[in-house]
Amino acid sequence: MSGFYTLFYKEWLRFWKVSVQTVLAPMLSALLFLLVFGHTLRNTLEPYPGVGYSAFLVPGLAMMSVLQNAFANSSSSLMQSKMTGNIIFVLLPPLSHREFFFAYLLAAVARGLICGAGVLLFTVWFVDLRFDHPLWIVIFGLLGSGIMGVLGIIAGLQSDKVDQLAAFQNFIILPLTFLSGVFYSLHSLPPLWQGLSHLNPFFYMVDGFRYGFFGIGDVSPWISATIVAASLLALSFLTLWLIKTGYKLRH
Amino acid sequence: MVPAIQVEQVVKRYGQLHALAGVSLEIERGEFFGLLGPNGAGKTTLISILAGLNIATGGSARVMGHDVVSQYREARRALGVVPQELVFDPFFTVREALTIQSGYFGLRDNRAWIDEVLHNLDLTEKADTNMRQLSGGMKRRVLIGQALVHKPPVIVLDEPTAGVDVELRQTLWQFIRRLNQNGHTIVLTTHYLEEAEALCGRIAMLKQGEIVANDTTQNLLKRFPGFYVKLKLDPQVLPAALKPLLTHANEAGFRLALSDYFEVEQVMAALRAAGAKVLEMEVLQPDLEEVFVKIMNRQAA
Repeated sequence: MSGFYTLFYKEWLRFWKVSVQTVLAPMLSALLFLLVFGHTLRNTLEPYPGVGYSAFLVPGLAMMSVLQNAFANSSSSLMQSKMTGNIIFVLLPPLSHREFFFAYLLAAVARGLICGAGVLLFTVWFVDLRFDHPLWIVIFGLLGSGIMGVLGIIAGLQSDKVDQLAAFQNFIILPLTFLSGVFYSLHSLPPLWQGLSHLNPFFYMVDGFRYGFFGIGDVSPWISATIVAASLLALSFLTLWLIKTGYKLRH
Repeated sequence: MVPAIQVEQVVKRYGQLHALAGVSLEIERGEFFGLLGPNGAGKTTLISILAGLNIATGGSARVMGHDVVSQYREARRALGVVPQELVFDPFFTVREALTIQSGYFGLRDNRAWIDEVLHNLDLTEKADTNMRQLSGGMKRRVLIGQALVHKPPVIVLDEPTAGVDVELRQTLWQFIRRLNQNGHTIVLTTHYLEEAEALCGRIAMLKQGEIVANDTTQNLLKRFPGFYVKLKLDPQVLPAALKPLLTHANEAGFRLALSDYFEVEQVMAALRAAGAKVLEMEVLQPDLEEVFVKIMNRQAA
């Protein structure tokens, strides 16, 4: 237990020590998105009845921040440790694969939630935001950051170099987040793209999260939660197995 | 008593390459053991298998009686490893690095021992300095500290003095000797053979993944009988009769290989006959380096 706690604490300390880059920068970029998109599109669209575009945008931006930062935390920490070789500091001690997994995961969840909460705190002053179902907000915040924390561990294990991780981020994570309905409601899309969007797992995280604010979504939050939770579970078992067998860690 | 380290028929393959081809080895508790061999002989691979960083293709390895795979928790708790590469975590200070490393081993309040380790490694003044700001030698010392935070009974040092200056090397060896006197088993790999000769009670030599020698340091030194005589002559010309004994010649003189002290008399006679005057004469015992070179070459032949 103490090994798990220490590894989590080490990961926590790691991102706080560079918090300008890991916490403040994501908040600023969310604010920029809000200013630019919110301003240019404010009179043209009303995604849901009674919900202005800026208000609609804020939960999406917060969730995007949760997802990207949770992923960035576990993936970059692992990849850097592997690249510099200091990964041996966690491989030499008697840490079990579960301790290893949950420590990296929990730190990723923590950073994701801190960034998401920061974005909300930053932007809530500029828009008229509702918090209809706070429990759904928390549930989707946890599920979303969890799933991305796990994906980050997989990407970190898989990558031996910076460019491999960057490819993972630029060609998988970024498109899936941008096309998940952060900036638009799915109902505004042509049927084909609506259908395709339902195959994007990130869509359910964003949609369910937004439901927590406005009580309206493109699909039921129960469906979204089930899909996301099932994916989280499946990915977690896969990752635990990868760590247990020493995949790209112990040769 | 269970040996500190037991390695049985350990095989490690990387594709076609046999990094270790069935290595068996036993190291008793309290030994100061040297693992020598040229680059690529498999020393680091063997250490990595003991530490659980590598997984053996075949065979088994135990640390203090605990299998490194099935009882990895106990085995890793018993082992402290100082890696060859100069690795560090740039986010932390020296004290943070040691405290975190303690925590991984389940030690929450380890301050007293960490202070002692810092003191022994002459790092007290650098305790709150970030790892990035340390010199190479200091980073090396922190690595040693990190290997000792959990007071492991077995300590493995993989070329700990590579790139370390002479003064630090001396203090390092004093510290490690003291650990050995306090009952820690020490396993050392090094390229400095005079260090191995001075420190290690027993030495195993690895070559291409196989153990080619495993004996006490004394026995290894006795293995090739004979000694050397270094001569400086006036004039600097070696009599023809002595040419077959010559091993080295330079401006400082000649070095002759003799198998028996009896031969010294013959050398002197030959010198007298040639009218050469002896300016300097020194008798040299063979050192580990020569034994090492001979063993490595013999196997190649």
